Amino acid sequence: MSASLTLIIVMAVLYAAGVYVLLERSLTRVIIGLMLIGNATNLLILIMSGRSGRAPIMEDGVDPATFSDPLPQALILTAIVINFGVTAFLLALLYRSWWLARLGDQGDTLVREHEEDRELAGEIFVSASAEGEAIVEAVGASDELSPAPEAEPGGEA
Amino acid sequence: MTRVLPPLVVLLPLLGAALALAMGRYKKFQVAISTATLSLMTLAAAWLLYYVDRNGAAIVEVGAWQTPYGITLVVDRLSAIMLVVSCIVLLGVLVYAVGQGIADGNRETPLTIFHPTYLMLSAGLAVAFTTGDLFNLFVGFEILLAASYVLLTLGGTGSRIRAGVTYIVVSLVSSTFFLAAIAMVYGATGTVNMAQVAERIGDLPPSTALLLHVMLLLGFAIKAALFPMSFWLPDSYPTAPAPVTAVFAGLLTKVGVYAIIRTETLLFPDDAPGGDLRVPLMWVALLTMVIGILGASVQADIKRLLSFTLVSHIGYMIFGIALSSQLGLNATVYYVVHHITVQTTLFLAVGLVERVGESTSISKLSGLLKAAPLVAVLFFIPALNLGGIPPFSGFVGKAGLLVAGAQVGGWVVWVVIAGAVLTSLLTLYTLMRVWNMVFWRSRKEVNEGYESFLINTLVENPDADDEPRTQSTTPRLMVAATTAMVAVTVGLTLFAGPLFGLGDRTAQEIGDREARIADVLPEEARDG
Repeated sequence: MSASLTLIIVMAVLYAAGVYVLLERSLTRVIIGLMLIGNATNLLILIMSGRSGRAPIMEDGVDPATFSDPLPQALILTAIVINFGVTAFLLALLYRSWWLARLGDQGDTLVREHEEDRELAGEIFVSASAEGEAIVEAVGASDELSPAPEAEPGGEA
Repeated sequence: MTRVLPPLVVLLPLLGAALALAMGRYKKFQVAISTATLSLMTLAAAWLLYYVDRNGAAIVEVGAWQTPYGITLVVDRLSAIMLVVSCIVLLGVLVYAVGQGIADGNRETPLTIFHPTYLMLSAGLAVAFTTGDLFNLFVGFEILLAASYVLLTLGGTGSRIRAGVTYIVVSLVSSTFFLAAIAMVYGATGTVNMAQVAERIGDLPPSTALLLHVMLLLGFAIKAALFPMSFWLPDSYPTAPAPVTAVFAGLLTKVGVYAIIRTETLLFPDDAPGGDLRVPLMWVALLTMVIGILGASVQADIKRLLSFTLVSHIGYMIFGIALSSQLGLNATVYYVVHHITVQTTLFLAVGLVERVGESTSISKLSGLLKAAPLVAVLFFIPALNLGGIPPFSGFVGKAGLLVAGAQVGGWVVWVVIAGAVLTSLLTLYTLMRVWNMVFWRSRKEVNEGYESFLINTLVENPDADDEPRTQSTTPRLMVAATTAMVAVTVGLTLFAGPLFGLGDRTAQEIGDREARIADVLPEEARDG
């Protein structure tokens, strides 16, 4: 079995970076780490399929020995889909965790006793959404500044 | 029927989940769908067990792709036993959850999501138990894990999110190990069909085989919560709603144990190169048992305490697998069945205790024997059972394992036997302390300032929320479900003879690799 050295190096770097980021405290980085490790594993499956070759389509005059192995590619496809689903769930969890962290102890009660504490909840929602708007504005402003500096000459400084 | 039944146990819960999700608005309809689905699944699994026990393994080539090219479903006695026990436990816990959902107004277990997710979990279990293909096993694991992520974080409260993050990250890391191991197995043997891997593993150099073996075991050991990799379990399970914790405790770790049994018997037998890991597994079993139960003996929170005993008792099964004798495997199969039902029942009983006593801390609860005698009985029987008091199934299973160990002999085995006896005693001590404090101690004693060295050393749950619970009613459906599960655990004792007979045939079947490979692989796919 022969394998591409480039792929092996890329896989090793992805694994190393993934494990390093996974060990951080912040959940965002943990998720990034898991994504990197997942992709490194997909590369590992690809490497294990051996050398590259032609698309495995049976035609006259094509030697099956020149085909690349299609099975690992099917496995990778499945693994990517699973990874995608789990990452989406983790991002939802991250958002929920961020939301709870902002509200502290009130985060739990907000869900359960929403009706009883309507006023308090309302205040928190208003202040949180006000801060959210501020963030959106700041992000929007930076987007305007960086990619198209010539459109707004003042932004270059 | 053999061509229909194995895919049916997977398809039924999948269809049920889709239907339950579509009918999210009609809660009664949802309950009817999931109960009907799981009942049918139980019937199908029971039929499958009966059939497989009489006629040998049922093998289905999915989509009529010939065996090494397509996915093969292989249901032998071990798979069928696991399926039947899982279905019974899933059904019992579902009834309990329905009872709780009706009483709580569905705040903690939103039914719309609960039923489809629960059925997906069942489907994942069915895939994992019926498959004869390593990659398909991975997919089964992912289905049931993804469902378990949702169930564990139901409601999205702070403590559940914290517990969920630990659980999900650990599970993902273990899945990565497993997937990487599958990739390496494919690289080394050129197949992911378990029977074909088993056939080709003997041709590998010992060091390669050992690497593959250890990689696979690492992935499964995290799932089964073996000692160095068991820290995550007591931190994540107890925060979930009671029925969810019960079903996780019973089934999820056992899927890992099932995968380890397959790895040790089919893929890497002891006589193959790089296959003999008996001695390391013995030590892991010993440490899992002793350290788990030491953790349990200082917990004040009953749910945490039970999670530690869960970790501890996984050690017994690993001991049986590591013995790798016929009687050892036989006793392991019986012990797995016993532990799935008893651990689930205990968690269900503690769910009832939580409702009656409005707490799960030993130091706060008291006088429950008078307040709720039925709940006391429902806790007492499985507690004695887990502690291994004769004549209950815990005793039968442990006795079987110890006899099997004595037959094998060797000083390592004797050390593990001593550890197993010690663990059994400590389990009894831990559970009887719960009994003394929670059920026997009267409320008057607590009000007068109860002092005892038994509870002064306990560690409270760090995540405990001190807000008073308002759910004081105990619905009859929950009690009925728990009673039925207690009846099942007692039934394991009554039918211990036939079960050990079945276990014996199972051990024989999974011990005979050559016959398995010949059954699954067609003649032209064999190497020679």
